[in-house]
Amino acid sequence: MPSFHPGKTFMMDSSVPLTSPSRRAGALSELRQRVTGRWLFALLLVLGCAVLSLLVLAPLYTLLSKSVENKAGDFVGLDNFAHYLSSGGIESAFFNSLWVAGLSTLVVVGLAFMAAWALTRTRLPMTGWIRGVLVLPILAPSLLPAISLVYLFGNQGVLKSWLFGAEIYGPIGIIMGSCFWTFPHALMILLTAMDNADGRHYEAATALKASPWRTFWTVTVPGARYGLVSAAFVVFTLVITDFGVPKVIGGQFDVLATDIYKQVIGQQKFEMGAVVSVLLLLPAMLAFLADRYVQRKQSASFTARSVPYRPRRDHRRDVIGAVMLAPTILFILAIIGMAVYASFVTFWPYNLELSLNNYQFGRMDGGGWGAYTNSLQMALGTMVIGTLLVFFNAWLMERTPQPRLLTGVFQFLSLLPLAVPGLVLGLSYIFFFNHPDNPINGIYGTLFILILCTVSHFYAVSHLTAVTALKQLDQEFEAVGESLKASRWRVLFTVTLPLCLPAILDVALYLFVNAMTTVSAVVFLYGHDSQLASVAVLNMDEAGDIAPAAAMAILITTTCAAAKLIQGGLRFWVDRSTRAWRQGTE
Amino acid sequence: MKHLKKALALTALMAAVNANAQTELTVYTAVEAEDLKKYAARFNEDHPDIKINWVRDSTGVITARLLAEKENPQADVVWGLAGTSLLLLKNEGMLTPYAPEGLEKLSPKFRDRDETPSWVGMDAWMAAVCVNTIEAEKNNLPMPTSWQDLTKPVYRGHVVMPNPNSSGTGFLDVSAWLQLMGEDKGWEFMDGLHQNISRYTHSGSKPCKMAASGETSIGVSFAFRGARLKEKGAPLELVFPEEGLGWEVEATAIVDGTDKLEAAQTLVDWSITRQAMEMYNEGYAIVAMPGVAQPVEHFPANAEALIIDNDFGWAASNREAILTEWARRYDGKSEAK
Repeated sequence: MPSFHPGKTFMMDSSVPLTSPSRRAGALSELRQRVTGRWLFALLLVLGCAVLSLLVLAPLYTLLSKSVENKAGDFVGLDNFAHYLSSGGIESAFFNSLWVAGLSTLVVVGLAFMAAWALTRTRLPMTGWIRGVLVLPILAPSLLPAISLVYLFGNQGVLKSWLFGAEIYGPIGIIMGSCFWTFPHALMILLTAMDNADGRHYEAATALKASPWRTFWTVTVPGARYGLVSAAFVVFTLVITDFGVPKVIGGQFDVLATDIYKQVIGQQKFEMGAVVSVLLLLPAMLAFLADRYVQRKQSASFTARSVPYRPRRDHRRDVIGAVMLAPTILFILAIIGMAVYASFVTFWPYNLELSLNNYQFGRMDGGGWGAYTNSLQMALGTMVIGTLLVFFNAWLMERTPQPRLLTGVFQFLSLLPLAVPGLVLGLSYIFFFNHPDNPINGIYGTLFILILCTVSHFYAVSHLTAVTALKQLDQEFEAVGESLKASRWRVLFTVTLPLCLPAILDVALYLFVNAMTTVSAVVFLYGHDSQLASVAVLNMDEAGDIAPAAAMAILITTTCAAAKLIQGGLRFWVDRSTRAWRQGTE
Repeated sequence: MKHLKKALALTALMAAVNANAQTELTVYTAVEAEDLKKYAARFNEDHPDIKINWVRDSTGVITARLLAEKENPQADVVWGLAGTSLLLLKNEGMLTPYAPEGLEKLSPKFRDRDETPSWVGMDAWMAAVCVNTIEAEKNNLPMPTSWQDLTKPVYRGHVVMPNPNSSGTGFLDVSAWLQLMGEDKGWEFMDGLHQNISRYTHSGSKPCKMAASGETSIGVSFAFRGARLKEKGAPLELVFPEEGLGWEVEATAIVDGTDKLEAAQTLVDWSITRQAMEMYNEGYAIVAMPGVAQPVEHFPANAEALIIDNDFGWAASNREAILTEWARRYDGKSEAK
């Protein structure tokens, strides 16, 4: 048992000076400082809100306001909505969207929770590698699972019989594809929620002779409640707004997101696309409100007095953990494995000769190696700018005194991008940033606007991860720091940042890999010299070069996997050093 | 020393290239990525002083992008975009009318009808049916020869076509059937076809790609994609139904507000020269200048005789009504009961 905790020591030291009468005058000026400090923090968060408004709200307004305008730009009230709703059958697209997203959410959150439990509450070996496999889907461009699912379960698919005559083109394909790509999102949130468990709760449970089953329901699940709700909210919103999977594999199964595609890309009716986007915001809003409602009751699970939980030896439990992980791992490996195979095949399914030809990107069109370097630069920029922005804002919101209203506004702004389909965000960026009156329209068509757009696009999940990590730290840290006259800034750099480093590294990786693989928004924004690898994958597939497309997708995936390895190494090093620091020396 | 010399030579060469490439044109296009290098290189043989910076994407994305950029257009020229899309841009006042040198040599079908045209044609992009010979044999499907054939019960569940609400190719087919057969017969035909369709796709090339990989036996798509896939080794047979084929013109236009008008005009001039037409003919059987086209492999020799007399004005003004009717009849939305 470690006997030394930073929180405790701070407390002991701090009790003396505050009660000393000779310090009263000093306390008064300190109060003044604290008040101005409050103003400074509030001002900084207002600035954060302003930045997000510029990156998300203002662009969105330029597009969504078209939903109440006609083609000529005159205000027409709700006419477009009436027209869209009366065009018939919208109910079934809406209903389809809801049940597909709902079912995907159930499956993904269930599987992700099982996986997170197995990774944090058992002593399975090689958890580093298992974590690596489980995040693989996020490392791959979205076209990769689409190719694999067709090769596995399509009409020529090797596992076609597993569907018992059902077709992959339709809800089954959409759900499988959606589960595949959203799984790491849910896992990331749940792992952050469950990584820092308080060992004392488990000790108490053991002392009270609670069965493992009871402990699970009374300690583990309540501890992960916040993460579970967030994960469900994120997955539901991601699935309902995504048009990539339904477009490629959904056949004519109608969902709201593909309707945006039809209106905007098929018929160039921006105003109708805006109408569907607004309608799509509704379920996402509901999910957001539900999330807020649950979050209100959330309190820190990892307090200054917490003892990091270490699972005991228990083989039976470890076997259960392995069983819970197995189906997910197998599914992910099957999808990735099939894509790797596809990238070597000469012409599926009629010429299965394997060759390396598909990897000669220099000879191929659609951007080649230049696109790949652009993607790398874009991803690195997104990672650096995004991580700084996300973490600083989350820290302001969670760890500094802020008016409730302001944090509410900020929370809303940071989660909003989640409910916006990439296609809508991309078009909004054209309307807003390319406008002749916009003073910064010079960034349009450059790599920089791609970076800004990608940061906004993936802001929400990064924000949630940072907030979850920050929430788990007891507010006492700051209180104690304050009584010690260590400023919040100092607490930030000496306590909060080191404790949150794992989560920061997660956010950085998340932004990097998403920037490498994203397509839906950036397809509207790249210029002649900022063509991206992920877009090249789509173009090659569109031209019928499925194998080279798969090869480029594998190259992107490999790059992301390398980033993951580097991040894993850093995390390991950070974990070790902070764990030693957290537990102190006996 | 040797390296230094090489480096110096290289710098000199680059300087020479830079000195020549004084004007840079931003050109938006939906032409196949694999053809872009060729197009620019051939143009540069005659005009080395103009550098083309391509921005390429699929027809729908490029059109949406151009329209969204209306307030502050980024493109100088559009070279290789569907006539229907250019008509939209023209109606938005986004194109600068220009009569390029040699305009009179183009077939009247292949240019904007205005005296000073807003766009001039390059080539035609025509419908075709991609049939996978291996899968057709497996399923005992006879080779179809006409559109009507595709409504026969033997093809039930074996046909894929693009959704006209998402894809220009899909709309081109639907509009051609309505023009060929008349409204009533046209919808009747589509009712029959709908019985045999296993799914509607969002992309125009997807049905042919699905046929190429055996995911379906028959894909209603366009000829160019089918020919390219065949070259890559797909077991495809391209069928050109005898009743006639829908088609769409691919064309060039100057974007209004460009500050490089002179270079833009040079490019448009070149885009309808005989050389350019011969270049288009390497991939397309029908080009805008009569008498130039040579037969192209995998395309029918009498391609020009097979295409319908497409009334683009009629198609454009009835598009909304046709699409609404189509969605009412066949969309998954109205179908799911």
